[in-house]
Amino acid sequence: MSFDVRLRVNDRVATIELKGELDASTAALFHQTVDKASKAGSIELVIKAEELTYMASAGLRSLVFARQKMGDEVRIAIVGASEPVARTIRMAGFDHSIDLIDA
Amino acid sequence: MSAGGAQEALEVRERVDAYPTHRIGAYPVRAGRPFPYGAVPVPGGVNFSVYSDRATSMSLVLFDRGAEEPAAELEFPAEFRIGSVYAMTVFGLDLENLEYGFRAGGPFDPASGDRFDDSKVLSDPYARLISGRDVWGAEPDWDNIYPYRAQAVNDDFDWGDDTPLRTATEDLVIYETHVRGFTRHPSSGVQAPGTYAGLREKIPYLKELGINCVELLPVFEFDELDNPRSDPVTGERLHNYWGYNTVSFFAPKAGYAATGRFGMQADEFKSLVRELHRAGIEVILDVVFNHTAEGNEQGPTISFRGLDNATYYMLTPQGEYYNFSGTGNTVNCNHPVVRDFVLGCLRYWVAEYHIDGFRFDLAAILDRAPDGTPLPNPPLLEQLAHDPILRHTKLIAEAWDAAGLYQVGHFPNYGRWSEWNGKFRDSVRKFVKGEPGLVGELATRMAGSPDLYQGRTTSASVNFVTAHDGFTLNDLVSYNDKHNEANGEGNNDGGNDNHSWNCGEEGPSASPHVRDLRQRQMKNLLAILLISQGVPMILAGDEVGRTQLGNNNTYCQDNEFSWFDWGLVEANAELLEFTRGLIAFRHAHPVLRGTEHPSGTDSAGSGFPDVSWHGVEAWRPDWADHGRVLAMMRCGWHAKGGAVRDDSIYVAVNAHWEAHDLELPRLSDGEVWHLFADTGAPTPHGMHTVGGEPALEHPGRYHLGPHSVVVLVGRSTRPSER
Repeated sequence: MSFDVRLRVNDRVATIELKGELDASTAALFHQTVDKASKAGSIELVIKAEELTYMASAGLRSLVFARQKMGDEVRIAIVGASEPVARTIRMAGFDHSIDLIDA
Repeated sequence: MSAGGAQEALEVRERVDAYPTHRIGAYPVRAGRPFPYGAVPVPGGVNFSVYSDRATSMSLVLFDRGAEEPAAELEFPAEFRIGSVYAMTVFGLDLENLEYGFRAGGPFDPASGDRFDDSKVLSDPYARLISGRDVWGAEPDWDNIYPYRAQAVNDDFDWGDDTPLRTATEDLVIYETHVRGFTRHPSSGVQAPGTYAGLREKIPYLKELGINCVELLPVFEFDELDNPRSDPVTGERLHNYWGYNTVSFFAPKAGYAATGRFGMQADEFKSLVRELHRAGIEVILDVVFNHTAEGNEQGPTISFRGLDNATYYMLTPQGEYYNFSGTGNTVNCNHPVVRDFVLGCLRYWVAEYHIDGFRFDLAAILDRAPDGTPLPNPPLLEQLAHDPILRHTKLIAEAWDAAGLYQVGHFPNYGRWSEWNGKFRDSVRKFVKGEPGLVGELATRMAGSPDLYQGRTTSASVNFVTAHDGFTLNDLVSYNDKHNEANGEGNNDGGNDNHSWNCGEEGPSASPHVRDLRQRQMKNLLAILLISQGVPMILAGDEVGRTQLGNNNTYCQDNEFSWFDWGLVEANAELLEFTRGLIAFRHAHPVLRGTEHPSGTDSAGSGFPDVSWHGVEAWRPDWADHGRVLAMMRCGWHAKGGAVRDDSIYVAVNAHWEAHDLELPRLSDGEVWHLFADTGAPTPHGMHTVGGEPALEHPGRYHLGPHSVVVLVGRSTRPSER
């Protein structure tokens, strides 16, 4: 499945929808999208991950990037991540700075 | 926005040094920065730096992650070398997909110390991550030309508000454990058994136990499959389970991370450290700088040997490996380049992983000169003691080596180093077992071993009765002899000087008498350990009576011999509760945690010396050879050098097979003895809560059963005076 990333900014909530495989070859797009979301002055970043089929270490790194890019005040939520993806996030300890929410 | 729309250029002001000056093949490069060594992300690229004094050529070998063959090999141009350091910045690399190594050319002339081999791709000694062995025990491709692959890492972990705990060394209660073994057992109930994440899930257990420091067996990358032996009965592969065979000193073991296959081992380990700190628990790493996984001349060429053998290893004048470690090679720790390496490594773990201290395996090697001679003023040890980054970390030496250099009590310490006190272990074991002639020796050990550490603080002595190396506490009271047949060495491995006693039957026993006695002996040993001056260290699982079925050297046993069986938490709840109580008691009583050795004098004007010794009769210790009863009283007025007022503590140890009626020392007016613990009394009367101890029925006497320890607290019965 090819990778796709979409950004919507609505009432200071930025929503990023991810589809397909987030890996080393696609993470740069995600990076750039997070950067745009941060510039929009959002107070909440929602990453919709229901259709994300795989997240490689590069994708996890992007979450770290998002956390640091957005600043402490911005809540970051990942919605609907599959169990393997959510589990990896928890194991690596990123669940402390990012909210994992079921779809 | 679709993927295509995300291509708009970002406004990034590039640094001037982010431009290549050269091109090697398809790779834009420029001369790199020599420091820091290793592969470090820089604007636009990755800076690679490697040392070799005697190489005649050096190449950087780049791989796509997991690929068999290199993607490229970039020879360092002559102008990229400064001194003995080759440095190059390569632009446009994808960090996530990058594995790298070095190829060093030079003479193969062992007599001169050189063992260059340009058929090998060498791992970077400064690699921050190693890939290739990401899943514990997974069979690798043995024909892989480059099995331990260096990777660069983003140091971008979010530590939040984590700051060093800086618990005073004398206040520590250390818990020695193994990352994998702690949760690998099926009974652990954690999500990812045998990993950093699994250990993190058990933090509530550690906190409830009361320990405030974990000491982890080696977590630097090692190869658990480098053990050629197998179990002689089952034929199963034996592992290098403990991991005292470092492959890479800057890299956390990937196979200990549930997320290691994603390359997230650094984050997972940092997350463990952060959460331990949040629970008030410090982290000490067991580090092995005395030798490496390259072994002797028969061993594999992984990194040091191929980069600069004569620098990194101690060599005889004929170019052979000195073997002070007993494992084939000896790291040349006091060579200036290697000193830098060790120092840089420890600094990295403190700065990047927030590690609180280190326990140095066979540390006596660290004070040997390049020719093996012990140095009177070893520069490495001095440097570590005074280093600004390591300033507040704990430094603990295993103060001996495999070649007979034994420095317990006189390890060069520079006012900073503590030592594993092997004499404490042996004296306490022998006394509790019932050997004669040890009353004076026990008193010395309980007082913080002033014979060994006079002039130093009491925290110079890390007291222990058991450690990973040797019997567990349960086995110490269940076996007279080691039973190491499963290790495949004909029961010839492991120590023979265990000072153990099986209480009448070898191995598991159905006899209630034997079982009771063993339970009591375990409690006796724990009580002495936790009441003594010095820093107590407990072996994980001893608090629940973990057994290794008499195996006293489970370095190779990745199975139920070694794993923590969590079923014991319920099965041996009484011992666990007893241990928990003793730890709480130690935390509650500063008189047990002073920095000064007690002197036997009254500097606080209490009318009592800070420490006094007693026998069956108060004030009359029996130092005779046949004596097997010793009581120690610590006057609470002297707590923390008289700065704090504590209760008085009286502890009597009876290693005799007969009970004794003890006469107790009188306290100040209005104070009476209260019973905290009696290992001879059945539960629930064997121990009381801290602060809730009942006053003795007969204030001046105590009937102490055979093979028992009693702990009393002296204080006023009137709450207002407490």
